[in-house]
Amino acid sequence: MSFDSPTWIVCPIILPLIAGLLCFLFRKNTFFIALFASLANLLSVAILLWQFLLLGPMRYSMGGWQAPLGISLRMHGPTILMLLMTAVSGLGITLYARGYFSFRIAAPKRVGRHERQERFFWPLWLLLMTALNALFLSADIFNLYVTLELVTVSAAALAALSGKPASQIAAFRYLLVSLLGSLSYLLGVVFVYKTYGVLDLQMLRQVASPGPGLQAALALMTLGLLLKTALFPLHFWLPPAHANALAPVSAILSGLVVKGSFYILFVLWFDIFASSISQNALNLMGVLGTGAIIWGSVQAIRQQRLKLLVAYSTISQLGYLFIAFPLALRGDGGQGAWAAVAFMVLAHAFAKSAMFMAAGTIFLHMGHDRIKDLTGVRKCLPLTSFAYAIAGVNLMGLPPSGGFIAKWLLLSSSLTSSQWWWSVVIMTGSLLASIYVFRVVSRLFVIPAGKSICACRPHSPLLEWPALVLAMIALLLGLIAPYPLLILETDTLVSCLLLGGGL
Amino acid sequence: MIWQGWLLVFILLSSFLPGIIIFALPEEKYRLRTSLNLFGAGIKLVFILIMNIGIYYGYNYEIRLPLIQGVELLLNADPLSALFATLSSVLWLLTTIYAVGYLEDSPNRSHFFGYFSLCVTVTIAIALAGNLVTFLLFYEMLTLATYPLIIHRGTPQALRAGRNYLIYTLGGGAVFLFAVVWLQTITGPAYFSAAGFSPLLVETHRTALVSIFILLLMGVGVKAALVPLHGWLPQAMVAPAPVSALLHAVAVVKAGAFGIVRIVLDVYGIDNMSRLNLFPLLTVASSVTIIWGSIRALQQDNLKRLLAFSTVSQVSYIALGMSLADQPLAVIGGLVHLVHQGLMKITLFFCAGNLAETLGIHRISEMKGVARRMPLTMAAFSIGALGMIGIPPTVGFVSKWYMGLGALAMDNWWVLAILAGSSLLNACYFLPILTSAWFAKQERPWPEERRFNRFETRLMLLVPPVITAIIVIVAGAVANAQISPLAWVRFILREYGL
Repeated sequence: MSFDSPTWIVCPIILPLIAGLLCFLFRKNTFFIALFASLANLLSVAILLWQFLLLGPMRYSMGGWQAPLGISLRMHGPTILMLLMTAVSGLGITLYARGYFSFRIAAPKRVGRHERQERFFWPLWLLLMTALNALFLSADIFNLYVTLELVTVSAAALAALSGKPASQIAAFRYLLVSLLGSLSYLLGVVFVYKTYGVLDLQMLRQVASPGPGLQAALALMTLGLLLKTALFPLHFWLPPAHANALAPVSAILSGLVVKGSFYILFVLWFDIFASSISQNALNLMGVLGTGAIIWGSVQAIRQQRLKLLVAYSTISQLGYLFIAFPLALRGDGGQGAWAAVAFMVLAHAFAKSAMFMAAGTIFLHMGHDRIKDLTGVRKCLPLTSFAYAIAGVNLMGLPPSGGFIAKWLLLSSSLTSSQWWWSVVIMTGSLLASIYVFRVVSRLFVIPAGKSICACRPHSPLLEWPALVLAMIALLLGLIAPYPLLILETDTLVSCLLLGGGL
Repeated sequence: MIWQGWLLVFILLSSFLPGIIIFALPEEKYRLRTSLNLFGAGIKLVFILIMNIGIYYGYNYEIRLPLIQGVELLLNADPLSALFATLSSVLWLLTTIYAVGYLEDSPNRSHFFGYFSLCVTVTIAIALAGNLVTFLLFYEMLTLATYPLIIHRGTPQALRAGRNYLIYTLGGGAVFLFAVVWLQTITGPAYFSAAGFSPLLVETHRTALVSIFILLLMGVGVKAALVPLHGWLPQAMVAPAPVSALLHAVAVVKAGAFGIVRIVLDVYGIDNMSRLNLFPLLTVASSVTIIWGSIRALQQDNLKRLLAFSTVSQVSYIALGMSLADQPLAVIGGLVHLVHQGLMKITLFFCAGNLAETLGIHRISEMKGVARRMPLTMAAFSIGALGMIGIPPTVGFVSKWYMGLGALAMDNWWVLAILAGSSLLNACYFLPILTSAWFAKQERPWPEERRFNRFETRLMLLVPPVITAIIVIVAGAVANAQISPLAWVRFILREYGL
């Protein structure tokens, strides 16, 4: 297979899938299978990126069957960014999970249970990676449904992995809510299919016209996706599910899974049905986003447990994505809001994975995650503490992080389009974020005189370094900002040419 | 030529890399850490010297990294950057020596010196920033780098001080970010160049530009400790003495004051400032701060707290000088005070640290007769204090002289009264300290005395304040020489056509 063959596009789906199946077959050395799959996935995404920069967006029909009948995949700028995000944080999570499970298995208590958890973790994680990659590559709204369902099932199973009653209840609730969301989305798909008779995204964009049928379909799909993305006030299921899961699972759920449903939502609103969206609907999204930012931050500030704090901060950070909605279709701010969403998604994925990993490492070492008793953790876990702090810089949106670039873009589009009130929301959100970040960081970094507070057990570097590296990527994302933008803009350039060409 | 821009990067790396290595060093590698620190500080000084000579001969140092539309990282050394960068790097070298002596045998030194190096890196980057976005970036980073130093001792007071510091500075940072974005939507990217933005905009966006100026002033005013945004500074004095020196003379407060200078001279430009009628606003803000800081200083018994309030007051001379920018003489006074205040205040904080470390003295009431026990320290302290009052031939006199001349030339009796009043107040709180230290008799034993053979205190604690005190006198006495802060400030003003 040569490097410019179009077949590479299936690799991010096929490779993790095969590896996941192999993990079921072989009981031993599953980590190495997963590691190999993560590396191969990263490599194939890199090749796709190279192809994309050379040739622009592409479509691929599996088995040569064309759109209405066959399954087709498409690759455009946002897809590439999402695949990169999944591949990079996926690799980090794989490495971290190895460190996490070996640390737990090395502990004298409950070895069998921890081994069992690890055995189930790898295939489920690889399946989830498959599903996410497939979701980002899907080119029709029904396949999006299928992949979304796959994501849901594997994510819910992962969330239940810890086996504690609290996590099982939370995971079960997560499963039910997610299924409800999927059903609502599916109903919307049915409406669309009934009205237009097509499912393919490209075709839909051409035939879609504003009307009651489309409105209803869009409302149903949106509702379902919002439920899965945990936008305020539909967020209730997220904190317990994310906070009670095992640390690598929390990182996956908060960093990657919520981005899947958000991606579909964004594609539907701004790519496919952009012409039928009213300003009121966009404003509504902005208002809900505001609610999410404020409510999530306030709740995060009030939490007593570290993992819950991080989970609530996810809710608040997701709110920023929706602030971009009312800014995206107005004035010249449109491009900025698109880019802002891309940066926010990427930076949050890396930073939040890093944060949950750091929180997990702290939990492992201290045996608890009560925030008030975390004083001086830096003494025995310096890298983890730095990882947490750097990830925190991202959530606060301080330069030069990716979060800063996103906030800058949002602020400047809100001011150029004379909607200054959104910038007030953004600034308030950043300040609230700094409160909940520093609540923890100031404890981690204070070393009380004299006594040592945590019994340090030796651990592999895999427990600390992945978090730090991911946090650094999020921090330095701002400095390499032109490249993600280039990927985004390549796409719009080409599609502008296509549209200008009379499509 | 390309290497000219890279010189700026090397200047930053010369303290950044040692900082990162120091973080990784184990606690007990005392010698390696100290040599790394001093090596970094020395190299930085050499680089900055080279840069200064280059700037003097008209070389252009610039390096840029575009990020997104309208946001670009730009390091650009102009004479004004050189002034601040030289000040910070010289004082950093001295503070490092002092800190090594001060923190002997105290825990967690590797982290302390790590952040210390990061702080200076960021401060120099603030000095070299060539546009408002870059300034903002490093300004926010400075907050993050100084916070761990303030809470270094880990006591409840230190934590409280740290929390207040964050509330003030992060709040200020948010306001600043908002103002920068807003300004950019009106004027386009704000580069630091003498011209400022187009005067045409003044007519069309008058209200917006005035509001933006107020917001910008609030943003930098937090670090510059303008009243009423100064609350964090007196509390932050619980930090160890080298940190106070860093906050007050090398980095934080200076960064705020430098920000005011940049905004007035470069972002808005003197012409636009007077068109928008913004100078009176700045005059009032700085005058209130000058008087209020002095009055509060009068009421203090804790020595470091007194010095902190005195900083609040003294730093605003810089803003006051800027606010009289119609008059070149006043601008000279304000700009040169950026350097002079740093020299004097760092001397005072070094001495206060020496008193606390050697004799356990924290309060002014405990200082009776201390000059007999520590003559060199108190001599340095006295020179610093007399400089603050403005007595010739110290540097403090030079700044006040030029500002006074500027005010006179503008017939601004009101400002002159402020200058005279604040000098009087300075005398009221410094002279009693000096008389009781030199002439009063020791009443009771020192709170916690530690003896060091040969010298009155540890040598590394004694040398830095003595050096800065000598500079305070020499730079004041030869202010008109070819090489002096004053000469360089005149060189800066040539850029601005004043």
